[in-house]
Amino acid sequence: MPEIQNPSLEAHNLTVIYHRKPVLWSIDFTLPQGQIIGIMGPNGAGKSTLLKAILGLVPLNSGYSKVFDKDLGDVRQRVSYIPQRQTVDWDFPATVMDVVLMGRFQKRGMFQRISPEDKAIAQEALEQVNMQDYASRQISQLSGGQQQRVFLARALAQQADLYLLDEPFVGVDAATEQSIVELLRKMKSEGKTIVVVHHDLHTAREYFDWLVLLNASLIACGPVEDVFTDELLKVTYSGKLTVLSQVGDQLRERNFPVREK
Amino acid sequence: MTSQNLIDFILLREPNVLLVVAGSIILCGMSAIVGCFTFLRKRALIGDAVSHSVLPGVCLAFILTGEKNPLYFLIGAIISGMMSLLIMEGLTRSRQTRPDTAIALMLSVFFGIGIVLLTSIQHSGNASQAGLDKFLFGKAASITLEDIRLFAFSSAGILSIIFIFLRGFTAISFDEEFAVSIGFPVRWLRFALSFLTVWAVSVGIQAVGVVLMSALLITPALAARMWTHSIRFMLFLAMLFGMLSGYLGAFVSYSAPAMPTGPWIVVAATFIAAVSMVFAPNRGILAQWFERRKNTNKTLEENILKLFYQIAEKTGESSKPILEEDLVNYRAFSKSQLKLGLRLLQKKAFIQFHLSTWKLTDLGEIEARRIVRLHRLWELYLQQYLNLDSDHVHDDAEAMEHVITPEIEAQLDEILGNPKVDPHNTIIPPK
Repeated sequence: MPEIQNPSLEAHNLTVIYHRKPVLWSIDFTLPQGQIIGIMGPNGAGKSTLLKAILGLVPLNSGYSKVFDKDLGDVRQRVSYIPQRQTVDWDFPATVMDVVLMGRFQKRGMFQRISPEDKAIAQEALEQVNMQDYASRQISQLSGGQQQRVFLARALAQQADLYLLDEPFVGVDAATEQSIVELLRKMKSEGKTIVVVHHDLHTAREYFDWLVLLNASLIACGPVEDVFTDELLKVTYSGKLTVLSQVGDQLRERNFPVREK
Repeated sequence: MTSQNLIDFILLREPNVLLVVAGSIILCGMSAIVGCFTFLRKRALIGDAVSHSVLPGVCLAFILTGEKNPLYFLIGAIISGMMSLLIMEGLTRSRQTRPDTAIALMLSVFFGIGIVLLTSIQHSGNASQAGLDKFLFGKAASITLEDIRLFAFSSAGILSIIFIFLRGFTAISFDEEFAVSIGFPVRWLRFALSFLTVWAVSVGIQAVGVVLMSALLITPALAARMWTHSIRFMLFLAMLFGMLSGYLGAFVSYSAPAMPTGPWIVVAATFIAAVSMVFAPNRGILAQWFERRKNTNKTLEENILKLFYQIAEKTGESSKPILEEDLVNYRAFSKSQLKLGLRLLQKKAFIQFHLSTWKLTDLGEIEARRIVRLHRLWELYLQQYLNLDSDHVHDDAEAMEHVITPEIEAQLDEILGNPKVDPHNTIIPPK
């Protein structure tokens, strides 16, 4: 694996076990800055869990991750997370603007007032995703593509350097997908790093500069032209790793710990 | 009850009435605000389980102290409510049981223990125990000044915590993972909200009792949600609805002393919720019914107009008068529907009636042409962009033509390159 100067994100020996079933096994990788990076793998490969593990949303069983060579807690201001939009209840009593302003909560903390400057930033974020006409719209009235764009606007309002997007193209129409991709490229041109959990192989080569192939363990990580090969994809998507999952099933069934201590 | 009594009540002239009304209003308003978060976080059943679970704490407080001191009751209730809640969450998190099982289990176990303790206290021969069973259905009618002090102190505490941490509570209610990712102390916030709920329940049971307490949490929130999309306004409305329920409950039990206050508070809250669900704009049942009817009528009108246009197209005579019976022959309308549609169109001056025939007006002709145009544009779009066969596009277009806005029409026109004919080779009327 090539040596990377100034990495955006590093994982070292990351292992996550959900209810005794290993979801991520000893993941090690280093990602560069200023690129659009795809995390790909079949269903249940642990793609979303990898993002959550990095953000501390799920407990780690071993390993650690670093963001801009620091602990996440020290650089939280520079990181923005965009969860899958299905994880929230869109019938919540809030307007589009309310949700985008949540992107400013990080900077303002729990008590500082939201200033006119914050509102201007949120407004600009809405313009970037072309949702400025919807600022006062109830979020329950949005389509799937619009919901995704609101989430993106909230992330833009965070003014971060590293963006972690979980499946942003699921249930989104083609036009929205294109406009999101264009926006991501624009963010890249401003020096941002963008990590996207994605599952559509057809668009991978077009969208990403760099690729992480994952199937519970790390298959490959590198520039897209090195990694997006028939051979590696076959390893990722074929059943070659079933022995690994069988061992996982055995551990769970027989109530064995995955690590010996 | 005489009208003098009524006036006494409304003016709160009797000190006893004042206590009952003040107590009910404070408790109900405060519970409603806390309940908004229970409601928004979809934890209504947990609220119910917690309400039932505070009973053993109340009984133990009495057994240990031998006194009927509201403060001791409150502390006992909070401890046993928190225990139940933490066990519930622990069971769910460890995947030993599913959430619904954990909730039902804790509700019945704690309530069961509470009833056992209550019964044994009642048979203990301790004379001061009288009235302890009021915790089952509330004792609003016998609220004392000491109670009020505790209610007011608790409510002030709970409400100020909610408003100080409103941003945090809102964030975890909408998107907990995002809240973690921006570094909010989510675990702590979650715990605080749970604690506030238990606290609110432990105070509120003094008015309505453990059995009905969850209604006080959830019902005003549900009613308020019908009227607004803003969380702040929702909190305010829920408080108002809660206070109103408290007042009405106190009023009923004052005017008919045999009536229990707590259940009447719940009845009043339910009535407010029912009215909200029926009459609220947008989300209410009536508003939705009107909207559906408006859409059905619009579809009907447009289909009839389209029919006039098609007949004219076929016969080559524009604005030809047509008999009502003939219209039915062209398209399967029910007779009553057709009559309704024609009447609505006549009202809008799109058609006129003359010598038992119907005929498009100039205005109607323009409208008919617009609808036919939308229908055919849409058919063409479906055929070209979704590769549907020309004999499949009609039904889809039939449904879509009624919702196409002028902006979408312009867009269709542009991407299709100002087409002249549709997939069936009939002419698309120009704009």
